[in-house]
Amino acid sequence: MRTPLFIICEVVVATVLYLLFRHYGNDYFFFAGYTVLQFVVMATAWNILGGYCGYVNFGSAGFFAIGAYSSVFFYTVGQNVQDMDPGFLTSVLHVIFPIPVPILIVFGGAFAGLVGLGTGYLTLRLRGVFFAIATLALAVVIETLIVNWEYVGGSRGAYIIPPNTVPVFGPYIQYLFVLMLVMVIVGLTAARLIERSRLGYGFATIRDDELAAEASGVPTLKLKLIATVLSGALMGMAGSTFPFYLGFTEPGSVFDLSYAVNSIAMPMIGGTTSWVGPLIGAILLGTMQQVATVTISSVANLLIVGLMLIGFVIVAPNGIVGLWQDWIAKRSKS
Amino acid sequence: MEFSFSLLINAIAAGLLLGGFYAAVTAGIAISFGMLDIVNIAHPAFIIVGSYVAYIINAKFGVDPILASIVMLPAFYALGAAVYQVYYLSFEKRGQESLRGLAFFFGLLFVTEVLLLIVFGVDYRSVNAAYIGPSINIGPIELPLRLLVPCAAALAMFAVLQIFLSRSFIGRAVMAVSQDPLALRLMAVDPTRIKRIAFGISIATASMAGAFLIIIQPVIPSVGRDYIGRIFAICVLGGLGSLPGALIAALLLGVLESLTSTFYGPSWAPAVAFGILLITLAVRPSGLLGR
Repeated sequence: MRTPLFIICEVVVATVLYLLFRHYGNDYFFFAGYTVLQFVVMATAWNILGGYCGYVNFGSAGFFAIGAYSSVFFYTVGQNVQDMDPGFLTSVLHVIFPIPVPILIVFGGAFAGLVGLGTGYLTLRLRGVFFAIATLALAVVIETLIVNWEYVGGSRGAYIIPPNTVPVFGPYIQYLFVLMLVMVIVGLTAARLIERSRLGYGFATIRDDELAAEASGVPTLKLKLIATVLSGALMGMAGSTFPFYLGFTEPGSVFDLSYAVNSIAMPMIGGTTSWVGPLIGAILLGTMQQVATVTISSVANLLIVGLMLIGFVIVAPNGIVGLWQDWIAKRSKS
Repeated sequence: MEFSFSLLINAIAAGLLLGGFYAAVTAGIAISFGMLDIVNIAHPAFIIVGSYVAYIINAKFGVDPILASIVMLPAFYALGAAVYQVYYLSFEKRGQESLRGLAFFFGLLFVTEVLLLIVFGVDYRSVNAAYIGPSINIGPIELPLRLLVPCAAALAMFAVLQIFLSRSFIGRAVMAVSQDPLALRLMAVDPTRIKRIAFGISIATASMAGAFLIIIQPVIPSVGRDYIGRIFAICVLGGLGSLPGALIAALLLGVLESLTSTFYGPSWAPAVAFGILLITLAVRPSGLLGR
C-alpha cells in the first residue's frame, strides 16, 4: 500500500472512531479512549528505537514528562504575562500567549527530542546496555529537576485549568481526543515510513549485527541518534497534552513507572518488528487496563501487565504478530 | 566557620558510612553485570525483598536483621540460581539476551514491586535493633550506629567476597567465565554451572544488602527504584568486573551524595549518581579500575 493511501485509510478509521464515540459514547468513553490512544503513541515511539534498532529505552516516563512539563511551563508563562516588566513586552506576549495546544505539542516534542539527542550522544557510542541504564537513571534525574523547580509547581504539582468547551469539538476532552488521534496517525505513518525506507534498513542492520553494519559502512551512530530523537520526540508529544487531560500535574503521576513498563510491554507483546505490533499491543493492553482498573483494581492491572511482559518475552519472543505469522506459515505448509 | 567545618567533616563521615552500604548494594551487580554480562536491573527489587524478609523475621521472632539476612542467604542463593536457569534457557541459549533479556528483568523488577505493594501496602516498614538510635562521638564527628553497623558488616561481606573470588577455584572460574567461556570449557568446567553459582551469589548479597537498607532507613516497595541509577553508576565508575573498584566508587558516591544533600538539600542527591554515570561514560567508559 502506498503511503498517501495508507494515510487516507488512517484518517478514515480515525474519523469513524471519533464519530462512533461521539454518537454512542459519553465523556467517559473519550477519557478512556484518550488513555488508550496515548499508549498507542508511546508504544509506537518506543518501538522506533527499541524494536527497529534493538536499543532498550527504560526512560519513557522521562520523555513523557518533558513533554508534559514543557506544556506546564508555557502555560505558567502565559498566566504571568501581566507581570512582565517592560510594558511593550506584555502587549507582544499577549499576542503569543496563551499558546494553542497543537503548538505546545510541537514544543513538547522538540524538547524531548533534544534530551534524547543529548543522552544518545553521550551513551550510544558504547555498548547498547549502557544506553538502557542511562535512560533508566535519566527518568530519576529529570524527576529530581522537576521536583526542585518551583516555577512549574515543584513537588506540589501544578494546576492547568482547561476551558470547558471548545468551538466545533464541544467538550474539551473530545478536542484532546482528536489531537491524540492526530498524533497516532503521525506516529503510525512515521513508523511505517521508516520501516520501508533506507533508514529502516539501516536500523535493522544495527539491530541484527552492529559491528558488521559499521564495517560495511552504515553510519550507525548517526542512525541511532536519529532513532533516539524521533522516539523521544514522539513520547514528548504524547506527554504534552497530559496536563490538559487531568488539569493537575504532579511529578508522582507523570513519572509513574507504569509508563515505562507499558511502553515496553505493549510492543513486546504485540511484536516489535513492524508498526502493527505496538498498535495491537497498545490497544489490547490499554483496553484491558481500562477494564481491569474499573472492575478489579489499578494495582492488579499493573501486575497483569508485568506478568504478561515476562510471559511473552519467554514464550513468544516475537509477540502476537510473531504468533500470527507462525500460524500462517504452518497453515500454508500443511 | 567553625560550624561549617564540623558540618563538612560530619558530611564526609556520614558519606563514607553510606558508601560502605552502597558497596554492599553494588556487590551483587558488580558480579552479575560486571563479570557475567547479565544486566540484572531487577537487582534492587531483590534487595527490597531482602529488606522485607529481614523485617518479617525481625517482627515475628525479634531476631537481629543482619543475623536474619545471614540465615536467609541459602534461600536467596537458590532464588538466584533459579532465576538464572530461567534466564539461561529462555534468552542466553537463544542468543536474545540483549533486548528481551533486559525486558525480562525489567518485568521482574516491576512485578516484584507490585507484589510487595499488594502484600505489604504503601506503609513504611522498619526493624528494631539495639543499635538503631544511639551514636558515638569522636571529637566533632558524630557517627550514628544505625549507619556504622551496616557499613562494618557490608565491608566484612565485601572482604569475604573478594577473598572468595580471588582465592577459591570457583571464584577464579567466575572471573574467568567473564573473560573467556570457551577456554573455561576446554578446561572441563561448565560455564553455565559457574554462571549459575555466580548469579546465585550475586542474589544472595541482596539478602544482606536488604537488611542493611532497612536498618538505615524505613522501606516501602518503590524505594528500590532509587537505587537502580546509583548501583549502575557505582559499577560503571568502579570499572566493570572489579570489586575493589566498586568499593572505591561506592565510597566516592557516598561522600559526594552526602555533601550534596548537606549543602544543597537532600532533594538534589539522586542527581549526583546520574551525573557521575554520564561523566564516566563520556570520559572514561572503562571506569576507575577497569580492565
